[in-house]
Amino acid sequence: MISLKGKCIFVTGASRGIGRQAAIMLAAAGADLALAARDQEVLTSLQQHIEATYGSHVLTLAYDIQDEQATKEAFRQIKKQFGRLDGLVNNAGILESRLLGMIDDSSIQQTLSVNLAASIIHLQYAARLMKPQRSGSIVNLSSIMGTHGSEGQVLYSASKAGIIGATRSASKELASYGIRVNAIAPGFIRTDLATGLSEEKYNERLDSIKMGRIGEPEDVAGTILFLCSELSTYITGQIIGVDGGMVI
Amino acid sequence: MNNEQKLKAAFIEALGLNESTNVEALTYNSIPEWDSIAHMALVAQLDDQFDIMLDTDDIIDISSFEKAKEVLSKYEVEFV
Repeated sequence: MISLKGKCIFVTGASRGIGRQAAIMLAAAGADLALAARDQEVLTSLQQHIEATYGSHVLTLAYDIQDEQATKEAFRQIKKQFGRLDGLVNNAGILESRLLGMIDDSSIQQTLSVNLAASIIHLQYAARLMKPQRSGSIVNLSSIMGTHGSEGQVLYSASKAGIIGATRSASKELASYGIRVNAIAPGFIRTDLATGLSEEKYNERLDSIKMGRIGEPEDVAGTILFLCSELSTYITGQIIGVDGGMVI
Repeated sequence: MNNEQKLKAAFIEALGLNESTNVEALTYNSIPEWDSIAHMALVAQLDDQFDIMLDTDDIIDISSFEKAKEVLSKYEVEFV
C-alpha cells in the first residue's frame, strides 16, 4: 500500500485526463494537493470531490501556466498553505497536429511555450521549494512522440523531446539535493487529445499497440503515483514509457 | 535581529563562511565559497528568511551584499 500521508503534491493540467486521474490517485494515497488548471469552476468541483472522498487538503490554482508571475504566485501560495512541496507533476500541455509545411511561427511559439518553457519554469520553482528540505520528486509528462517522433507531430515531438533533455539534465543537477526528476512518455491514452482524432486515425493508432487496447488515464496516473512515492526513491533521470508496447 | 543582520546571517549560512567574514566586501565568484551552487543556496536562504520568492532576474542580479539589499528592497524588505 502506497502512503503519501503528510506529503504535498502539485499537479498542473489537473482539470481533466491524466492530470485529473493523477490528482485522484495521489489523494487516495493520502497526499494533500495543489491543483492547477485554467478553469476555476472545474477545479472547484474536483476539489470538492477529493476533499469529500479522501479528506485531503486541496489548494486550487486557476492560471495560465505560460504566465510566469502567476506561476510564481502559485508556488508562493503552496509555500504559504503547506509549508513544503514533495512532488510536482508537470502535466499541462497542448497537442496540435500539423504537417511540417503547415507549421507557422505562432504555433511554434505557443507549443514550445506551453509544453516546454512553462514546464521548465515550474520545475525551477519546485526545485527552489524542495532544495531546503533536501527531498522531492518531479514528474514531467513527455510522450512517445518525444521519444520516437511521428508524422505530423514535428512540433509536439520537439516540445516533448525537450522535456526529456530537461528531465535528464535537471536530474543530474538536483540529485545531490535528494530531488528526483523523471519523465513519463505515454503512448495512446484515452484523453480529449486522443478522442478528437478521426475514426480512421484512431483505429490506426489502436492497431499499433501490442497490448491491443488504448491506454487509460489510470495507467499513467499509476506510474505518477509510483514516482511520487517511497517505492521509487532510487530512480532519477529516467524516461518511463507507458504505452502498452505501442510501435510508431 | 534586524534585516541587515538577517541578511548577513543568510550569507554566512548559505556560503559556509566564518562568522568574522566581512560579507559587505564580497562579490559573486570573488571567493571559492560563492559559486553558482552556493548562490542558489543563498537564494533559498533569502526566500526563507524574508518570506519572499525572488524573480529569476533578481536572482541573477544579486552580485554583492549591497546589491542583495537593493534587490530585497523591491520586496518591501527595509534596511535602515
